[in-house]
Amino acid sequence: MSSSSRDMSAGDVLEVDHLSILFDKNRVLTDLSFHVARGSSLAIIGPNGAGKTVLCKALIGSMQFEGRIRWASGTRIGYVPQQLDLERDLPITGYDFLRARVKLGGSGGADVSRVLDLVGISADVARRPIGTLSGGQFQRLLMAFALAGNPTVLVLDEPTAGVDKPGQEQLNEALRRLNETEGLTVLFVSHELSVVHRYSTSVLCLGSNQSCMGPPRTILTRDLLHDPYGTPLSERPA
Amino acid sequence: MTPEALLLSVVVAVAAGLIGSFAVMRRMSLAADPLSHVALPGIGVALALHLHPLVGAIAMLFFGALLVWALEEQSRLATETVIGVVFTAALAVGSVMTSGEDLIAALFGSVGALGWPELVFGVVAASAVIVFVLTQRNRLIVMLVSSDIARTAGINVRRLNLLYLQMFALTIALGLRYLGVLLMGALIIIPAATARRVAVNIQGMLVIASMCAVVATVSGSWLAARLHRETGPFIVVVAASGFLLSLAWRRP
Repeated sequence: MSSSSRDMSAGDVLEVDHLSILFDKNRVLTDLSFHVARGSSLAIIGPNGAGKTVLCKALIGSMQFEGRIRWASGTRIGYVPQQLDLERDLPITGYDFLRARVKLGGSGGADVSRVLDLVGISADVARRPIGTLSGGQFQRLLMAFALAGNPTVLVLDEPTAGVDKPGQEQLNEALRRLNETEGLTVLFVSHELSVVHRYSTSVLCLGSNQSCMGPPRTILTRDLLHDPYGTPLSERPA
Repeated sequence: MTPEALLLSVVVAVAAGLIGSFAVMRRMSLAADPLSHVALPGIGVALALHLHPLVGAIAMLFFGALLVWALEEQSRLATETVIGVVFTAALAVGSVMTSGEDLIAALFGSVGALGWPELVFGVVAASAVIVFVLTQRNRLIVMLVSSDIARTAGINVRRLNLLYLQMFALTIALGLRYLGVLLMGALIIIPAATARRVAVNIQGMLVIASMCAVVATVSGSWLAARLHRETGPFIVVVAASGFLLSLAWRRP
C-alpha cells in the first residue's frame, strides 16, 4: 500500500492522479486528481452513486482502478467501512475482535482499553458478541479497531451512520481530538453538511460530471454544490 | 480400538472441530459437503493405479479447494451453482469408476488395519491443521468480519483464503477413513454448528467444537464396533444428537 515518497511533496500524505474506476462496467469515477496534506481532515461528499465508497475502497487497496494512488511511506491506514451485515449469533465478542487486531501488531498496536475509552464503549458492551451490538455500538467498535492498529491515516466511510445523536457527537469529538492533538490525517465520507463544516479542513465533492476540492467555506456554497448534486440544496446551519 | 487408532481419531476430530468453526462462521457450511464428494473420483483413480486411496483423494480435494477459491474471487452466485454441478458430478463419475466393496468403503468409511505410514501421515497432517487454525486465528477472525478491514490490517486476504481452503481439504482427506466421502463434511460442520449455538466468545467456540467432534468420533466408533456396523454413520448420529440438544440451550 505505501509506496516510495519520491516526487511526493513533503507535506502530503496522499496523492491521487488521474484516478478512474469501473464498477460493474459503469464508470464511477473519471480522471480524479487530488492531494491530501498530512494532518488535514478531508471530507468526501457527493450525491448517492457519486463513488464515495468506491473511492474509499480504492484508497485502501480493495478495488482495481486506473491511474495512480500513492501514500507517503510509513503510512498506516485505519479503515471504517459503511455498515457491515453480521449474523447475530456470531460467537465473537468485541474483545475478541480488538485483541485479534492488537496481536497482529504492525506497529506495536495500541492498548485495547485505551481505544475503547476513545470511542466510548464500556467493558460490558465489549464483552458481548459483536452481532448483538446496536448499529451505533458496532460502528464505534469498528472505529476502535481502526485505532488499535495505531494508524497515521483514518479512512472512514460514513462513520456515524446509524449512530444516535449523542454517540455521533462523541465520535466526531474523538476524531477531532485525534486529528488536532495527535496529528492523524482523517478522510471521511459524510452526508451531514453541518459535520463537514465543523470538522473538515478541506472538502472533496464528487459529482457525476465534475468534482471539486477546496476549503469548506468555498465548496459548501449553494452554487458549487448545485452542480454535482443536480438539485438546489437547502443550507443547514453550521 | 487400538491406542494408535484412538490417537489418530482424536487429533483428526480436533482438527475438524477447529477448521469447522471458521467454516460455520464464514457461512460456507453448504460448500463443505459437496467438496468432500470430489474425493471419490480421486480414490477411484488411485485404486485403479494401485496407489493408496488417500493419495488420489488428497490430490482431488486440493484441486477442488483451488476451484472454490478461484470461483470465490469471481462472483458469489456462480460459486454455488458450479459447486452444485461439478462436485455432485464428481460423485457420480467416482461411483462409476469405483466398484463393489471399495465403493462402499469410500462412501461411508471403513476402519481397516491402520498402517504406520497412514498413522504418521494422519497425525502430522492433523497437527498441521490444528497449528494453522491456532496461529492464524486472529487473521481469520478479522477476515471473516470484513475482508476490506483485513487488508488494511496488513492481511493478505487472497493467500489466507487459499491456505484456509487447502487446510479444509486436508481435513476432509483425514476423515475419509472414518466417515467416508459422503459424511466427512458432517464431522466438520455439525460440532462447529453446535458450538456456535452455545459459545459466547471465540475461545469457547473453538474449545466446544473440538470437544464435540472428539466425543462424537470416539463414542460413535465405540458404538459401531459394539454393534458391528459401519463407523461413519454412528459418528454423525452422535454429533447430530449433540446439535439437537444444543437447540434447547439458551445463551445466558
